[in-house]
Amino acid sequence: MSAMPASEAVAAPVHTRPMVEVRAVSKVYPSGVEALTSISLDCPEGGLTTLLGPSGCGKTTLLKIIAGLIPATGGEVRVNGQVVTGPGPERSFVFQDFALLPWASVLRNAAFGLELRGVPRSEREAIAEQYIAKVGLKGFEHRFPHELSGGMRQRVGLARALAVSADVILMDEPFSAVDEQTRRKFQEDLLELIANERKTFVFVTHSIEEAVYISNRIVLLSRRPSTVSEVIDVELPRGSPEEIRRHPVYLDTIETIWRGLKHYLD
Amino acid sequence: MQLFGRRLPAMSALLIWAVLWEILGQSGVTIILPPLSAIFGRLGELAVNESFWNALALTARTYAVGVGIAIGAGVPIGLLMGRITLLDRLLLPWVNTFISAPLTALVPVIMALFGFGETTIVLTVVLFAIWIIILDSRAGARSVSTSLVEMALVFGATRLQTFTKIFALAALPEILTGIRLGLIRAVKGVIIGQLLVSVVGFGHLFEIYSSHFLMEHMWALLLVLFALAFAIDEVLSYLERRVEYFAGSRQ
Repeated sequence: MSAMPASEAVAAPVHTRPMVEVRAVSKVYPSGVEALTSISLDCPEGGLTTLLGPSGCGKTTLLKIIAGLIPATGGEVRVNGQVVTGPGPERSFVFQDFALLPWASVLRNAAFGLELRGVPRSEREAIAEQYIAKVGLKGFEHRFPHELSGGMRQRVGLARALAVSADVILMDEPFSAVDEQTRRKFQEDLLELIANERKTFVFVTHSIEEAVYISNRIVLLSRRPSTVSEVIDVELPRGSPEEIRRHPVYLDTIETIWRGLKHYLD
Repeated sequence: MQLFGRRLPAMSALLIWAVLWEILGQSGVTIILPPLSAIFGRLGELAVNESFWNALALTARTYAVGVGIAIGAGVPIGLLMGRITLLDRLLLPWVNTFISAPLTALVPVIMALFGFGETTIVLTVVLFAIWIIILDSRAGARSVSTSLVEMALVFGATRLQTFTKIFALAALPEILTGIRLGLIRAVKGVIIGQLLVSVVGFGHLFEIYSSHFLMEHMWALLLVLFALAFAIDEVLSYLERRVEYFAGSRQ
């Protein structure tokens, strides 16, 4: 990772132009379960938008609709102005369970998106090496996933998502399978990456603290069938990670969200 | 195994049975069971017998071709069945029928269709080997994690790429198990095929030996075939263990 302090990343500028537009998207499963009801939201370009809500509220479903993995039953998603009909090269994805190829080295895993696109081997490996270094895994190129910790595996997943140079990176609870200490370090590193990469991130989490710490915008979803219950733009001050985590704005935002979500539990 | 506090070597049980066989053979209770030492003597005789080597060559050839067809067709069919429900519905009843059917009874049918030559033996090998390969490849394709498939789709994989770069490799442990079991069944196929055709290869030799009551020759031949099947099994399970090392870390 670069030497740029996380503090500068926190105030990543939010452009007004929405990179991802979700318009009245609904999803009813063939079984009749209604997961999403007329969801509309914008993800500003260059920022990190978090989808937050009670568990089972369809956050991941919405993210996979944006990814083009699941078709919506109503409404549409536009990415960079284009209507989404399936997966596309302008979007990449970071999976909750990493989704690494167990038989492939870190290098091949990180280069896999480029491999599928037919980029020549030497070229794609050079690009992958660059991103492996960026996510802090330099020296691990020839290890295999089972030789790495959960946190390191997810860094490979992140390197793979960054290597395809997509405009939008979708992250499905990327840190949920990672222990708490690793998670915090990962969040700080992610903020640096966001600041340097100038990409649009859409992030799913069930952790309020995580959402407030890393997001520019938080979209609160209600319980199933989900609707957007609140959109909160987070304006955190600059400072060290420790200062931010103790800052009144940070703590107040967490409190506000918690009050908004509390009534969904029970 | 331990006996009276001492470790016995791995093959000691085999040794006991060999001694017992030798004693029974020497005592001459039955003509069916010649002494083991005499059988080993015949092994040397077989080694200089041209028709033995011809039979071995024919067996190896038909086995290799049959197994090649069984793997080449069985693995893709199994993988496709694992992913395409319609195909699965269509083929699974047949696969399940054939996997438990007394296949030997079908060999005369093949014989009637393809004559008394190598083709019949090759097809018998395929008939014995292919079903378990299909079934295990199918199981492998079904066990591939959804997120690996979604990952391939998100990064723009074509259908063929998903098949060759994800399914074929993620299902490799199951495929190899199927191939190992298939190869063992194929040994049965190649022998039964030759016995029923009985004018070529080992089947012909068996025919000669049994009709002339050459029990020592017959046992020697059997020992060779048993050793062959055992060796094939050992090599395959070694390979399988190597692959499982990676499969163990499958997410």
